[in-house]
Amino acid sequence: MIYLVLFGEFFKIGLLAIGGGLVTIPFLMELTDRYDWFSKSQLADMIAVSESTPGPIGVNMATYAGFNAAGISGGIAATFGLVLPSLIIIILISKYVMKYQSCLAFQNILFGVRPAVLALILYTGYILVGLAVTDVLTGAAAVVSFLIIHRFNKVHPIIFIMAGAVLGILLEMR
Amino acid sequence: MKVYTNIVVFKLINSGIVQKMISGLDLFWTFFKIGLFTFGGGAAMLPLLRAEVVEKRQWASDEELLDYYSIGQCTPGIIAINTATFIGYKMRGYWGAVLTTFGVVMPSVIVITLIAALLQNYMQHPAVAAAFAGIRIVVVALILEAVVELWKKGIRNRFGAAVFVVSLVLLAGFGLGPVWVVLLAAVGGVIYLRSLRK
Repeated sequence: MIYLVLFGEFFKIGLLAIGGGLVTIPFLMELTDRYDWFSKSQLADMIAVSESTPGPIGVNMATYAGFNAAGISGGIAATFGLVLPSLIIIILISKYVMKYQSCLAFQNILFGVRPAVLALILYTGYILVGLAVTDVLTGAAAVVSFLIIHRFNKVHPIIFIMAGAVLGILLEMR
Repeated sequence: MKVYTNIVVFKLINSGIVQKMISGLDLFWTFFKIGLFTFGGGAAMLPLLRAEVVEKRQWASDEELLDYYSIGQCTPGIIAINTATFIGYKMRGYWGAVLTTFGVVMPSVIVITLIAALLQNYMQHPAVAAAFAGIRIVVVALILEAVVELWKKGIRNRFGAAVFVVSLVLLAGFGLGPVWVVLLAAVGGVIYLRSLRK
């Protein structure tokens, strides 16, 4: 039953992806090794679409991944799985624990997790470089893109993604 | 007869059931709007959340919102969802939490499903394929920028740097999955903090 598997995998991601939408990406990358739901280059496209559409990136990614795996119901199953751990944990915190105490308890756990998550995202970026950079020209484009994005990091990603689309079409026409 | 139905309608409205339904719908709809008009989630959501929840509806104070937000950041799950769940639970208990959470998620599900279905049909088109080849380059650059930004916040001491290096080795060298890396790092961090206190 693919919907149950999707639900279970995304429940796990919802539980472990601490600190925002981008953190879900390494977990999705790992899914491409174990299931044929979507490819690694499809994952890059999913990231672009999720950053350019309304809603939290993590939720968008889950819906997209689930849709690629098993259509509309797949998208719903994956999203529901991602959301459920949050729902349970936040209700428990609201109900039983003092606000600041709960943060302190999690802070101890996060102490080691934050740098590990950084490694996860960097490693995922490294795998995606291999897919996006195919020759010297695309390599140079990647370096220039990074320098521009780093210089203008207050600008919304959507602008860079649209520029990327133009860049892709220009590279194709050469 | 007409008087009687009027009385029934009047009693129904005052009984609280209808009022509960209306306030529940209001919770759902408010968070649906927040989900629909936020690009990027997390920090991008805060201004709209404040305008709707604090200023317009007074469901929470500024201090409460900041509390929810900072707890949302240090607990598992997506920050936007955590904040929505907090406010829903505060307003209407379990069902409130479910309503706000589904409200904030629903626009994503609808919009992404439409786009994914559309792209599935056009991905083979040469221009679309070329555009996405370019977009992939930008996505890589965006991820690297995220790493640079997270580096400033995430790695503040030698232990952090050590966890970072060990995690990379486990991932790239030993092919360990991200689930295990995160769990090991969590346990390692807790043990390290304990040993400091002794």
